[in-house]
Amino acid sequence: MLVAALGVLSGLLLPALPAQASSSPTPSASSSAAAGDSSAIRATATCAQTDTTACVAGTLRDADTNPVRGATVTLAAGGTPVATKTSAEGTFSFTVTAAGRYTLSLDESTLPEGLTPGNGTERTITARLGALSPAGFALEGAQQGGETDPEATPQGDTSAFGRFWNQVSLGLLLGLLLALGAIGLSLVYGTTGLSNFAHAEQVTLGGFLGYVFAVQLGVPFVLAGVIVIVLCALTGTVQDRLIWQPLRRRGLGLTQLMVVTIGLQLALQYVYQFIFGGGVRPVSRTIQANTGPLNITPNAYIAMAISVVVLIGVGLLLQRTRIGRATRAVADNRPLAAASGIDVDRIIRLVWTIAAGLAGLAGLLYALVYGGIAWNTGAELLLLLFPAVTLGGFGTAFGALVGSLVIGLVTQLSSLVLTAQLRYASALLILIVVLIFRPQGILGRRSRVG
Amino acid sequence: MVEYTGTGAPVVDAQHLDAGYLPGINILNDCSLQAYPGELIGIIGPNGAGKSTLLKSLFGLVPIRGGSVTLNGEDITNQKANKLVQAGVGFVPQSDNVFPSLTIEENLQMGLFLRPAKLAERLEAIYDLFPVLQQRRAQRAGGLSGGERQSVAMARALMMEPSVLLLDEPSAGLSPVRQDETFIRTRKINRTGVTVIMVEQNARRCLQICDRGYVLDQGRNSYTGTGRELADDPKVIELYLGTLAKDVEELTDGPLPA
Amino acid sequence: MDFLATLFTDFGAQILSTVTAAFAIAAIGLNLHFGYTGLLNIGQAGFMLLGAYGFAITIRFGGPFWLGVLVAIVAAVIFALILGLPTLKLRGYYLAIVTIAAAEILRIVGGNQSLGPVTGGVAGIGNQVYSPAFTALSPFPQDGSFSLGPYTYPLTVGDSWYLRIVSWIVLALVAVLVLLLMRSPWGRTIRGIREDEDAVRSLGKNVYLYKMQALILGGVIGALGGMLFVLGTSVQPDSLGRSTTFLLYTIVLLGGAATVFGPVLGAVLYFMVIIGLQDVVGQFVPPEIMSQQQVPQFGYIVVGIGLMLLVIFRPQGILGNKKELSFGD
Ligand SMILES: Nc1ncnc2c1ncn2[C@@H]1O[C@H](COP(=O)(O)OP(=O)(O)OP(=O)(O)O)[C@@H](O)[C@H]1O
Ligand SMILES: [Mg+2]
Repeated sequence: MLVAALGVLSGLLLPALPAQASSSPTPSASSSAAAGDSSAIRATATCAQTDTTACVAGTLRDADTNPVRGATVTLAAGGTPVATKTSAEGTFSFTVTAAGRYTLSLDESTLPEGLTPGNGTERTITARLGALSPAGFALEGAQQGGETDPEATPQGDTSAFGRFWNQVSLGLLLGLLLALGAIGLSLVYGTTGLSNFAHAEQVTLGGFLGYVFAVQLGVPFVLAGVIVIVLCALTGTVQDRLIWQPLRRRGLGLTQLMVVTIGLQLALQYVYQFIFGGGVRPVSRTIQANTGPLNITPNAYIAMAISVVVLIGVGLLLQRTRIGRATRAVADNRPLAAASGIDVDRIIRLVWTIAAGLAGLAGLLYALVYGGIAWNTGAELLLLLFPAVTLGGFGTAFGALVGSLVIGLVTQLSSLVLTAQLRYASALLILIVVLIFRPQGILGRRSRVG
Repeated sequence: MVEYTGTGAPVVDAQHLDAGYLPGINILNDCSLQAYPGELIGIIGPNGAGKSTLLKSLFGLVPIRGGSVTLNGEDITNQKANKLVQAGVGFVPQSDNVFPSLTIEENLQMGLFLRPAKLAERLEAIYDLFPVLQQRRAQRAGGLSGGERQSVAMARALMMEPSVLLLDEPSAGLSPVRQDETFIRTRKINRTGVTVIMVEQNARRCLQICDRGYVLDQGRNSYTGTGRELADDPKVIELYLGTLAKDVEELTDGPLPA
Repeated sequence: MDFLATLFTDFGAQILSTVTAAFAIAAIGLNLHFGYTGLLNIGQAGFMLLGAYGFAITIRFGGPFWLGVLVAIVAAVIFALILGLPTLKLRGYYLAIVTIAAAEILRIVGGNQSLGPVTGGVAGIGNQVYSPAFTALSPFPQDGSFSLGPYTYPLTVGDSWYLRIVSWIVLALVAVLVLLLMRSPWGRTIRGIREDEDAVRSLGKNVYLYKMQALILGGVIGALGGMLFVLGTSVQPDSLGRSTTFLLYTIVLLGGAATVFGPVLGAVLYFMVIIGLQDVVGQFVPPEIMSQQQVPQFGYIVVGIGLMLLVIFRPQGILGNKKELSFGD
């Protein structure tokens, strides 16, 4: 019993990167006998486990989390192995009729150029009837080419400059998407002083709602997008009404509030996993080829354009309108803004609404461009959002944009010299360096600190 | 204790206020205050007595947990500050009372946020009262001296033509001459019919120009009376106004050389 | 009745376990930061991971047991210095961001495949690599097991009585250390820093230095917890990520921040809740509603919401003193 308890515990303490989320088999302490009858294995298009069948499935992704198609994956339990090829989304699945241990193997020779198995090519999977056993392989390296891959360089342009330019364009793309999330984080901090650790979960929400409306319910993408943004914005409104405003009224300190957002982050992240499972959920099934000067997919261009337009819009809103002036006044000095007749509560409510809406948009576009959203995408993005906002100076929208672009470029360019997994680390390292030399950020004013 | 016997009902009537910042910790305990039409009220008391807290709670910036406040007979307990501005209450905080990144004129413009149409007219009136500000209108408020900031802060509050003005230590950090200017200007504004409630550290001067004063101690009002009465009350002198002149006399064995 | 018997047996097993003690130790370290000094360290799992790596890698390359412990401690000290030097003079938020960032860097770098020969990559280091160095020091016979009521464990090897006893002794020592420290002038000073930094500064004390000492000490305690944790399990970078830190916060706040025994009580209660949840779901909840695999996820949801509710409604936790609230701005 204790063994089982520890098994559950180690499962419990196993958060993972998106790259590994679907690929690291859940360690299981309960060892049942190996299933003997291999005829019970079938390769299936989707997972349809019933009471009498179990499912072993996963998504093969490269280190940039892009799906790997056409690789051969084999499942065996003593008898004849059954093979299948990964789909365009990188997925594979087997349905088995007996619980027990199976061996999953990956044919290395079928991997696209540039990819190598990071951690062996064999896995032992324990299948349980009526349950889905996630499985997969960690892959090293990024794919060179492939139509489904918005980030890939087409073959032939592998010159040093070509690779550099490719990373620059990917950096701009990532930076612009980050900026949509960062501005909200920054505005909420600016007007309320709260560092919202749950902000990136709003990004994840946008992606998942996109999946629900555009894919599951089949709503046309643009309409689905509008619905998603409105719903996300509403969650901001409701959240402020139900949680943050009452807590401000109670006079909770900022540190306390920050710990509350940490709890919320944890809860939301696992609510997503509970509902949507560990896999990556797409918001669109279209497959596009890379084109144009930046060598990215048309969708990625559209996402960049939307992001630029929205960011300019928010900038103008803040600089040119009455509401914007009121928002800046609240950020500057809350009691004085109130003494000037500004309805501070309304402005803060509006900021929460806009922040959540923009974060939702960011999540939707992220899922569109990077092939989908996973339960822990937001948690990973938070590690880029905080450096971006800190870099640009907290509380300034323009700063959030600049900081995001810097972080986007740095993370992407660093993968020219570091393995892709380490790019988050490079962003965080920059953060630490900036804090040492310029704690107020690149654009922030010194008075905001301390 | 002197009950005010002036005419009319009080403009501001705070009854038995309990208020505080942190959950469970009250700074004001059973604190009451009345201001009648056209009065100039002074609030004095030691540091940390809760004077600023009292003003802020009247203005809806600190939650009131017990008691009530009325403005011209209407209940405004815990009314939001922006509503009070609309209702004709102006407030000048003790510190951080300008928007540092905005220019002087933009600060004044913020003061008229609710009625932007009247901007030109009000600016003219305010520049009449504060001629210095007109000369330096394009300067950022963050770069002003403490005294200049106080002027901007007061001017900003006057943009909305309030009928009740709450001032938190308007003379803080000013030279004696500028302090007198401030008091005289406050009196002038008060004479135009504005009811003024003013917190002051410069107690003797304050009590000289006030119609009535309140002495606050540890969140309670311990003394109320006309300015003169309070200034002469031996208990008030001992507790709060201080006995510097007498003490110095004892130290130096004689009156100070004039 | 059967169910209750199982439940209570499971409770007992979990309370005795090394994991509970290891988390209690790491939580005591965090409490020193967050509870007593008011430092927002959101990277305590990083200290645990560093301790685990320092210890396991030293032994992997042939070092003796005590050198492994020493390396773990020194690594934690250096880590604390790196985190503290740029941030402890700034507003608390910056320490928060830098600690969470650094802990994540550690986890990501440690899990990187190119470091496979050293850290074992994502798969980590199995405890057969470093456990023998530990079991060799056991005063008990190497073979055999011992039963106490329903609990039967090996004496020395694996998930043993030996490991349990050592864990709880370390926990007791750490708790006593903190108890004594908090009664010393040093403890009064760091609590003063939490309450009013400027006041302490005006007494002529070097606040920065005190904060740094607290950060280092709490971090080293965290590293000890990490070492014990992996002696019971294995070194896996992903098992010591952000969620672990958040869990430690919940444990500290549940038991009572700024109390000596709060973290211990919090850890015990937390694991009882998780075990209870697991047994109840296994017994009573149909798998369509929640499968056994979803229990850990549900557990985290409970932890997250629990943390929110604690902070809002009972920030002093079970043992804490309302006046000793550990929250400043
Ligand atoms: N924002 C706040 N949060 C918590 N406590 C506060 C806050 N502002 C003031 N206090 C506390 O309220 C008490 C009264 O403060 P207040 O500012 O009202 O005093 P005051 O009479 O205006 O003093 P001074 O003459 O120094 O301006 C003090 O003990 C102070 O510590
Ligand atoms: Mg004051």
